[in-house]
Amino acid sequence: MDYAIVCDQVKKHFWEEQERDPSAGWVKWLRPSKKLTKAVDDVSLVVKRGEIFGLLGSNGSGKSTLIRLIATLLLPDSGKINVLGHDVVQNRLAVRKMINRVSVDAAFFKKLSAHENLMYAARLYDVNTRQAKANAEEILKRLGFPRKKIYVSMEHLSRGMQQKVAIARALLTSPAVLLLDEPTTGLDPKSKRDVQDFVLEVQAEHDATIILTTHDMSEAERLCARIAIIDGGRVEDIDTAQGLKKKVGGNASMEDVFFALTGRDWSKEVGGYDVG
Amino acid sequence: MMLARELRASLAFAHRQFHLIRRYINWEIVDLFYTIINTMTIGLIGIHSQDTGEMVLYLVIGALLWSFLSVVFHEVSESVSWERWEGTIEYTFMAPIHRLTHLGGMCMYAIAYGAVRTIIVLVAVKLFFGLNMTGANLLSGLVVLVVSSMSFIGMGLMAAVLPLMSPEKGSQATHIIQGFILLVSGVYYEIEALPAWLQPLSAFSPATYTLRAVRAALLEGANLAQLGPELLRLAIIGLLLIPIGLYIFSLGEKYAMRTGKLKRSG
Repeated sequence: MDYAIVCDQVKKHFWEEQERDPSAGWVKWLRPSKKLTKAVDDVSLVVKRGEIFGLLGSNGSGKSTLIRLIATLLLPDSGKINVLGHDVVQNRLAVRKMINRVSVDAAFFKKLSAHENLMYAARLYDVNTRQAKANAEEILKRLGFPRKKIYVSMEHLSRGMQQKVAIARALLTSPAVLLLDEPTTGLDPKSKRDVQDFVLEVQAEHDATIILTTHDMSEAERLCARIAIIDGGRVEDIDTAQGLKKKVGGNASMEDVFFALTGRDWSKEVGGYDVG
Repeated sequence: MMLARELRASLAFAHRQFHLIRRYINWEIVDLFYTIINTMTIGLIGIHSQDTGEMVLYLVIGALLWSFLSVVFHEVSESVSWERWEGTIEYTFMAPIHRLTHLGGMCMYAIAYGAVRTIIVLVAVKLFFGLNMTGANLLSGLVVLVVSSMSFIGMGLMAAVLPLMSPEKGSQATHIIQGFILLVSGVYYEIEALPAWLQPLSAFSPATYTLRAVRAALLEGANLAQLGPELLRLAIIGLLLIPIGLYIFSLGEKYAMRTGKLKRSG
């Protein structure tokens, strides 16, 4: 089997400072204790070439940390991650040439226009700027982004429009592996649908491997060939949506699957701020 | 081919910064206005001295050079803080380019930006004081400026690691380095004015040699041959500090990747 991404027993733990307790002694108040957070805990998974692979988990479950590890933004404490034959620690630059990422917060220079941000990205990835401009316009048109807004400062664009520019930026570089970290969070239903359709189109036409993290069960079901349920930094199960439902039995929904695997109610889990 | 690719990527940073200046043009004008006024007020301190013209020029050179070196140092050292504030730091750090390309691009921009600002301030101050610079060797002064930039880039790279390690306070900590250089380098006074125990520390600051060389060029008209030893000293310091700065930055980057401090929220 031809794998695009192989994660083997990957661990990433963080020491997080705990709140200062005024009633504790002054030494403890000055030097607050730290708590170990197992953001990614012994995760092993493989993603096939050309597959859309879903990471489904609640806030703080470790999805974004895993994406950052694959994106070479974090170093694993232990274990190995391999992207298209390259180790993410030993061969960072080679991995970076093949991947791109859309994060939940559209990371842009807000004073610059969409066009300026996109051309900056094109230069960083050594894409011909003329070609990049034409491609970006095509992608943005496909996503329903108004053409005249391309020269407007990013700070004046809605969250949905910013996210569309983020997707165009990622696709400009024709990545072999695309990491989509909650790309549709905060989008209106129409924009969400546009983005989802486009993700399917990219996978079909460009044979890209896509990892998608999402809070949206129906989105995961619609887009992903296989889904990993992640909780507390651990992968609880990996299967197709149908396969996961079948394991739970009856007419189970994906919410039921999540409850059966984690013991937690999905609707209560996705309300807070995502630090995962 | 590879070098051309890295150079193009490096120019992306200069290009991006140019667009940012354009968008923040009002703030740039305000900042430039302040720098001109600040340089004028420092020059005015020397207006009643025995040799008015030379003293004013002595002080103005100090102010101009300090402004230039501060801009170079600031642009390089603040590049991490700025991107963290914008939320683009992860995007830039996962780009498929060498860190040298990234930081080299920022340094190129910093030198060009600092040089343009310094020339504008120099013209404004020259007109204000009616400075006679006929005996000044401007070419020598410019060469000293470019050569000394290397040292400040090296120090800027070392300072840039602080915001990587501490997202909350790292940026402010870079002022410690700047403050030390301002104190011991003889920017507005001779080194001999410092307490005896502080004077040896001036030898560790590249700004000391830069100021000495620029003042020799502009006040005494020293040519490049006469400034040779000083230029060589500055070049050696720069060539040592840049790789050291890059090495320290790479250690800081690994620390940030291990502890998760690249993330916007820190």
